[in-house]
Parts: sequence; C-alpha cells; structure tokens
Amino acid sequence: MNRTSFRKALMPSAAALALGISLTACGAGNETANSAGSDESSGLSGTLSGGGASSQEAAQNAWRAGFQEANPDVTVNYDPIGSGGGREQFAAGGFPFAGSDSYLTDEEGELSAAAERCGSDAIEIPNYVSPIAVIYNVEGVDSLNLSPEVIGKIFNDKIKKWNDPAIAELNEGVDLPDATITAVHRSDESGTTENFTNFLATVAEDAWPHGEVGDWPIEAGEGGNGTSGVVAAVTQGVNSIGYADASQAGELGVVSVQVGEEFVAPTAEAAAKILEVSPRVEGRAEVDMAFDLDYKTTETGVYPIVLTSYLIACQTYADQETADLVKGYLGYIVSSEGQQVAAEQAGSAPLADSLASEAQEIVEAISVK
Amino acid sequence: MTRRGDTVFKSLATSAAVLILVALAGVAIFLTLEGMPALKAEPDVLGGKGNIILYVWPLVYGTLLAAALAIIMAAPLSIGLALVISHYAPRKLAKPIGYLVDLLAAVPSVVYGLWGIEFLGPRLGRAYAWLAENLGFLPFFEGPASGSGRTILTASIVLAVMALPIITAICREIFSQTPTLHQEAALALGATRWEMIRLTVFPYSRSGMISAIMLGLGRALGETMAVAMVLSATGVVTINLISSVNPSTIAANIALGFPEASGIKVNVLIFSGLVLFVITFIVNFLGRLIAARGLVKEGR
Amino acid sequence: MSTTQDKVAPTSIGDIPLTRPQLPSWAPALVAAISVAVAALPVVFLGWGLVAMVLLAVVLFVIALPAWSSSVEGSRKGKDRLAAALVWSGFGLAMVPLATLMWQVISNGVPVLSAEFFTYSMRNVVGEGGGIYHAIVGTVIVTAFAAIISVPIGVMAAVYLIEYGAGNRIARIVTFLVDVMTGIPSIVAGLFAYALFVLFFGPGVRMGIGGSVALSVLMIPIVVRSTEEMLKLVPGDLREAAYALGVPKWRTITKVVLPTAMSGIVTGVTLAVARVAGETAPLLIIAGDTDSVNFNAFSERMATLPVYIYYSYMQPGVPPEFGQERAWGAALTLIAIVMALNILARLISRSFAPKTGR
Repeated sequence: MNRTSFRKALMPSAAALALGISLTACGAGNETANSAGSDESSGLSGTLSGGGASSQEAAQNAWRAGFQEANPDVTVNYDPIGSGGGREQFAAGGFPFAGSDSYLTDEEGELSAAAERCGSDAIEIPNYVSPIAVIYNVEGVDSLNLSPEVIGKIFNDKIKKWNDPAIAELNEGVDLPDATITAVHRSDESGTTENFTNFLATVAEDAWPHGEVGDWPIEAGEGGNGTSGVVAAVTQGVNSIGYADASQAGELGVVSVQVGEEFVAPTAEAAAKILEVSPRVEGRAEVDMAFDLDYKTTETGVYPIVLTSYLIACQTYADQETADLVKGYLGYIVSSEGQQVAAEQAGSAPLADSLASEAQEIVEAISVK
Repeated sequence: MTRRGDTVFKSLATSAAVLILVALAGVAIFLTLEGMPALKAEPDVLGGKGNIILYVWPLVYGTLLAAALAIIMAAPLSIGLALVISHYAPRKLAKPIGYLVDLLAAVPSVVYGLWGIEFLGPRLGRAYAWLAENLGFLPFFEGPASGSGRTILTASIVLAVMALPIITAICREIFSQTPTLHQEAALALGATRWEMIRLTVFPYSRSGMISAIMLGLGRALGETMAVAMVLSATGVVTINLISSVNPSTIAANIALGFPEASGIKVNVLIFSGLVLFVITFIVNFLGRLIAARGLVKEGR
Repeated sequence: MSTTQDKVAPTSIGDIPLTRPQLPSWAPALVAAISVAVAALPVVFLGWGLVAMVLLAVVLFVIALPAWSSSVEGSRKGKDRLAAALVWSGFGLAMVPLATLMWQVISNGVPVLSAEFFTYSMRNVVGEGGGIYHAIVGTVIVTAFAAIISVPIGVMAAVYLIEYGAGNRIARIVTFLVDVMTGIPSIVAGLFAYALFVLFFGPGVRMGIGGSVALSVLMIPIVVRSTEEMLKLVPGDLREAAYALGVPKWRTITKVVLPTAMSGIVTGVTLAVARVAGETAPLLIIAGDTDSVNFNAFSERMATLPVYIYYSYMQPGVPPEFGQERAWGAALTLIAIVMALNILARLISRSFAPKTGR
C-alpha cells in the first residue's frame, strides 16, 4: 500500500484515459471519407441546422444524406423536436428552416411572428406527404374495408366487436371473428395522431366527436410509444387495429378506406392525389403553399388519410451563406430526385409535377437581404 | 505556510461538502423555478385536463401503483435471495451468486426496456388472457387482457427485477452482520436453520430490511426508460392490472413527452418532475430515517 | 396418593430416542425427480408449455418435500425444509430474467457486430449499415466530464466528513442528505440540468456537458459514500505517526491517508462510472441525439449509447429491421462496457486491497 499501490491503482485509469483520448482523436470511418472528396465540391459549404416535425425525420435523414454526399463540405442538421418546437424556434430565429405537420396560422400569432422574423411572408411548402395506414391484425382476415364512420366508432370505443354488423356490412364474404377489438393509438403526442383525428373529425364528426388533437383524447384503447410502438402493439396483439405511417405497416393487414363508393388502399400515388383535389388556404401569399386538405373528397383513386408536413423558410436571409444553403437544400428536397429518395427511404408520396415546379420556383427566389 | 496550507485544504473540503447541500437545494429550487409557470397552463397543453393538478394526479397514481406492485414482488424475493447468499448457499457458492445478483444491477435500464418489450411482454400476454378468463371476477384481472402484454403489471415486473439487486445488496449486508454468537446460541438450543433465522437474523435486521425496501421503492418510483418503453399508457386511473388501458408514470411521461415538448409544455413536464422529486425524497428520507433509528436502538 | 404420579409413565432414560427420525439424504433428489415426472404428464397429455411444466414441478416440490418431512421429521423440520425450498426457488426465479436477458442481447447483438459497426457513425446512413462510433465517443466524453466534475467534489466532501467534520452537525446533515441523494430519480437529475442550462442558454438547450452535470448529480453521492468507507478503513496509527513527525494535517491527508485508501477510492469511482454510463433518461433530456460525431461537449447535441439504443429501437426508420438490429448491437456493446468497468473495479479492489484494517 501507500505510494506503490497508489501508482498501481492509477495505472488502469490512466490506460482507460489514454484509450479514451486515442478514441477521440479521429473521426468516424464514414465521416472522414467524406471530407476527402472535397475537390469536387459544388462551392457550397457550412452548416445548416433546422428542425421540427419528427414525422419528417426519416425523410430528412434521406435528404441530408443525399445533399451531404453531393456537397461534401456541407453539414445539415435536422432536430426532431416536434412541430410546435420547430415553429417556435423558427419564429425566434433559432432555425433558418423548420418542418411542421401543420401550416402556420394566426390563431396564436405564429404566422405574423414568422413573417416578422423573415421581414416578409414566410415560405411554406408541402414537402412531405405520407399516407397513414389503418393497420390490423386479425387471424383469417386478409382484406378489410372500412368507412370513415366505422373507423371513428372503433377508435372511439363505440364498436367493440369485430363481427359488429357495421363492419360485416362493408365486408361481405369475410369471416369476422366474435372477438373484442383492441384499438391501438399513439401514446406520445404526434402529428400522425393530429392528422388522423383531423380526418375523422372532418369526415365522421358524429362517430368521432373529439376534434383534431395531437394527444390521444379518450381513455380507451391501447397506447404505443412512437410509430414503432404502435406497429409492435398491433403485431403482437390479437384482434388489434391501429394507425401508422403506411411505410411502417410491414406484413400487417391494411384497411381500404371508403371514398365515395369505392374502397382505396393507402398507396403513395393515391395519397399524393389529395393535394391535387384540395383547395389552397385563402388569403395566403404567393410563396405560401398551405393546403386545406379536402378529406371529404369523393374523387376516384384518392386516399384521404394522409400526413402532410410543411417546410417553413424565409424568402430572404441576412447572410449569403445561409441563403445559399437553404436555397440549395430546399431545392434538393423538392427536386424530383429528392422526392424520389424520400419515397424510397421514408415511404412518402412524391409531389405532383405541377406542385413540385411551383415549389422549385419559390425556392429559386430565396436570396440574401 | 503550513498553517495556510491547512486552512486552504480545510476550506476546500468544507466547501465540497457544502456544495453537495447546495446542489440538492439547487435541484429543488431550479425545478420549482421552471415548474411554476405550469400552474397557469391551459388545458390544450395538459391533454385536455382542466389544470395541472388534474394532469399530474393520474400520473402520481400510476407511479405509486407500479412501484408498489414492484415492491410487493421484489421484497420477499430479495430477502430470500439475501438469505441464500448470507445463510443458505455453501460458502464457495455464495460469492458467485452475489456476483450474479450484482450483474442484474449492472444492466442499463434501456436494455431492460428492450427485454420487457421483446421477451417479457408477448409471453405474459398469453398468461394475462388466462388470468382474465379464469380469475376475471377479481377487479385486478378484469380484462379484456392485453394481447401484447404491455400492461402496468408487466412494467411492475420489470421494475421488480431492477429493484431486486438493490434490496438484496443491502439485506445481505445486514444479514451477515447478525452477531454470530446469537446465531450459534439459537442453534445450540436445537433450533432448525429457519428458526435460527426467524429468531436471531430477522429481529436483528428488521429496521435494515425496512429501509432496504424503502430504497428499492425509491428506485422503482423514479425508474424511467423501462416503463416508458414497455408500458402502453393511456392515462386512466384503474386497478385493472392486465388490460391494455393503463395509467402512465411520471417519469415515463416525461421521457416520452420531453424530446418534442416546447413552450409551456416543458414547464408542465418539469412540474411533474418536481412532484416526482418530492415523492422520492420523502420515501428515501423515511427509509434513511428508519435505518438511522435502527442503528441507534440497537446501539451500533 | 396424587393423580399426577399415576400419569407420569415410568420411563428410563434409555427409552427416549436420542435422534428423531430423519429423511434420508437422497429424499430431496427423489422428490425433485417425482415432481418433474408428474409435471411432465400434462405436457405429454394436455400439450402444456415448458414454462408451465417447470412452474408446476417447482410448486409440487415445494409442497411435497415439506409435507413428507413434517410427517416423518415433525412440523419444525418440515417448516425448515419449506423455507429452504422457497428461498432456493426464489433464487431460481430471480435468475430467469438475467439468463433470458443475456441470451436475448447476445443472440440478437452478436450478428450485428463488425468493424464497420464500431468505426462508423450514422451520418449519411439510411437503412442498412452505419455504426455506433459517434455514440461511443459521446458516452466516453459525457461520462469523462461527469467523472471530472464529481470525483474532486465527492472525494473532498468525504475527506471533510471523515477528517474534519467527524460527528459535527453539518457532517451529520451532509451524510444523511448524501444518502437521500442516492435515491434521486435519474430523470429528475436530467430535468435539473435542463432547468439550470435554460437559464444561460435559452429554451431548447441541448449539449453534452449538460448530460455530464446531470450524471454528476447521480455520481457524487456514490463517490462520497465509497470514499467515506475507504477513509474509515485507514488506520488511525498512520495519521498519528505522520502528526508525530510534525507533518501538517493537509499533507498527512494528501500524502498518507488518500494514497492508502486510493485503491478503494478508484474502485468506487469505477463502479460509479459504470452505474452512470448506462443512464438513459437524463441524457435523453439534456444531451439529445445526433447522427454525427461531436467532440465538443459544449455545443450542440451529442449522441450517447443508451440514447442511441432508445432511438434506434423506437424510431428505426424504413424498413425497421436495420435500426432495431443496430439497437441490439449497441445494447450488447453497452452491457459489455458496463460489465468491463465492474470487473475492472473488482480487479482493482482485489489486487490493491490494503492488507490492514479488514
């Protein structure tokens, strides 16, 4: 003991420290590879940090990867802090751009706050449209047709059995079990819930009287944490039904939703069509592409339960670098290449050509003050 | 010069000790400071509840329920485990068994969460269906049973596993401190091993066992990730333990809500954290108090 | 003639059996074998699962052996056997979670491990591939800073408690509150760090050093307690010998007391680091998550292993398999790190333990 043991005892920690330092001395294998290829850079450089809706995260990851690969000197960050946080940080000047599951409104002064921050009207582009699938797991039932009213009643705990006449009526020839329905919802606050309940509240107000909410409003049904939690709960559960991004549905059965006289399955094409049949929000600036989704549409081939997420940005920025980065990154997102990448990696529906070219024009005009 | 060295060193040591007091006070003060704005929160950030008290109450209920269930399961098991290590296992086996129990304490809570979702939940789901069918007349097992098994009972079982090593560690420490003379005297009078434990070990370590259980309770109350990952939370107040509709706990609710919270929602969550802090502080305070009393009474 | 005399049977000492009847030593094994055999019947005939069979066998054993024993050996012996059977089956029950958890983490985690997994971050990775390098770096940095903050404070506070404050009012209060502080929920520590940093950096603050502060709140009491225990073990003779040579108190502490207790203190610190390295909740709140390597604890988000596991599993991306696989791989890595720290602590305490005072 005493000094010898003191030294001996310190040795392992010194070794651990040395290991720690040698670890921290170099970057990750994939990151160092990037900066090496900087010769072929497009001239863009710097860091762009935005954030907001977590529903866009998967798509943003794909876009960031694509954009950073094309521009090795650029780092783009996207903080999935939620739509509310994104709008708040954008208006406060923290984010040069934000993602949000709902467009800016003036109910709480967010629209004018954003305009004030930018010095002119804020840009809003619907960059991410994704079908929300109603997923189910009932043994022996391979296909299921439901109307919005029935979906509303199931999630409102008014229809409790799978062989309820209301369900049977829509599914002739399907052998529905006499079993209790387990309706799974998101237990965390989410844009998926917000868009799903918005749809129900608009189309089937009697069946779903709780309005548009981000937090599940009633004390019934099973909760799942995050999209994966809902999918897991439906998969592991018996006679269960839930709602989640269509891209995450995996092997689960997917409900075809009644639109007019036909039943439509959630595909990217069917979801993209809803923007084409929906009107713009009135009284908005040219650069503000906010849509009032027409959930009640009876147009053929439209899947109405979709999550639309917007990019919010300014028309002008104080410094050249930020303006160039925002312009470059947003331009990539709305380009056909960007939309295709998101469709592959996040299961979103690519924007229709007309909307994409309109968005492209708006982004092209972004400039320095 | 040496005098000055002494003064400097002593004041350094003293300020370190005082800093700990300040830090503890700081936790209370900062949480209060950031939590207070929540008192004025509107229903739209409170999940439709009228005020912050109505918002926090079901969470408090869920927290207490989950922790209490966990302790009901963990306490007897831990005492048994501690007895195995201190009295039952042959000396050569006792140490490895002790290590095994310590291993349970070394598993990070997020890994317990993975285990709860992937392994425990689906298997218990089938057991719950059986319970609902055969014991459905009891209000705890009323059903309908959750198929995925992500119920408050599952969460409590995970919590029990996590509290187990803590309670065991303290209990075995106390059990092994029972005076050998007492134990040998009991055996010499012809007591069986169990009678010896009942007559000498338990009376000697009663306060220690209670404080160990209180500390385990403190851990179960504050455990976050495992519950957040396993529990299917709806925010109801119910004593049905096996349905898919469950109360949430304060800690899990914070973990789920915080990463995407903004504005006053943050204050609401911090306020609920303050409530949790107060609850665990009281439980730990009582636990330590009982332990300290026991030490005085037994003249140690 | 009193009646009592009639009732006492005239016995000689030789008639009292000196030993009570006892079960043979192979009795528990026999009962165990029969229990398993009986429990196997419903498996064969009713198609029960393996878990149900094991449960039934244990229940049968716990009932049958004490019942047999109390009929032969008397109820006191029977109770003793019942207690032993219960205690041992409790031990078996407690090992089930450990065994299944380890099996699951290893079987799911091992296939994921590769050189790329340890050297790549998640930057520009979509779907398959990528790694946990950035999370390992973050965990090392955050815990290192937590140790840098809490070791001096914790050790000095323990020095105060043992060497200066012994028994006085402040020392008693601090000792008590340190004990209470061990029970602070980790998420509350995270909220504290957030509430503290918000005052300086505004809402939505996320940075690695905040995680270190939160972990320090959890770590300090552990360091204080273990250092206290170790300082108590330092023999008073050593101190007195130093004083007798005219060495001032502070030199005595730094040159004699602390070096003597050093191995114990290092063990305690290592265990404390192991404990906080696996903490998730506070880091989720204040350190956040990112997919690139961040070496600077004082700016921006920093990924750490526990938070990485949480997000990889809960938000795995499209398709979900790759993210969840990475979560298991990271879980295995994290457990391995924590276990390694625990083993390191035991090695230190074993090979450098002071020969005196124990």
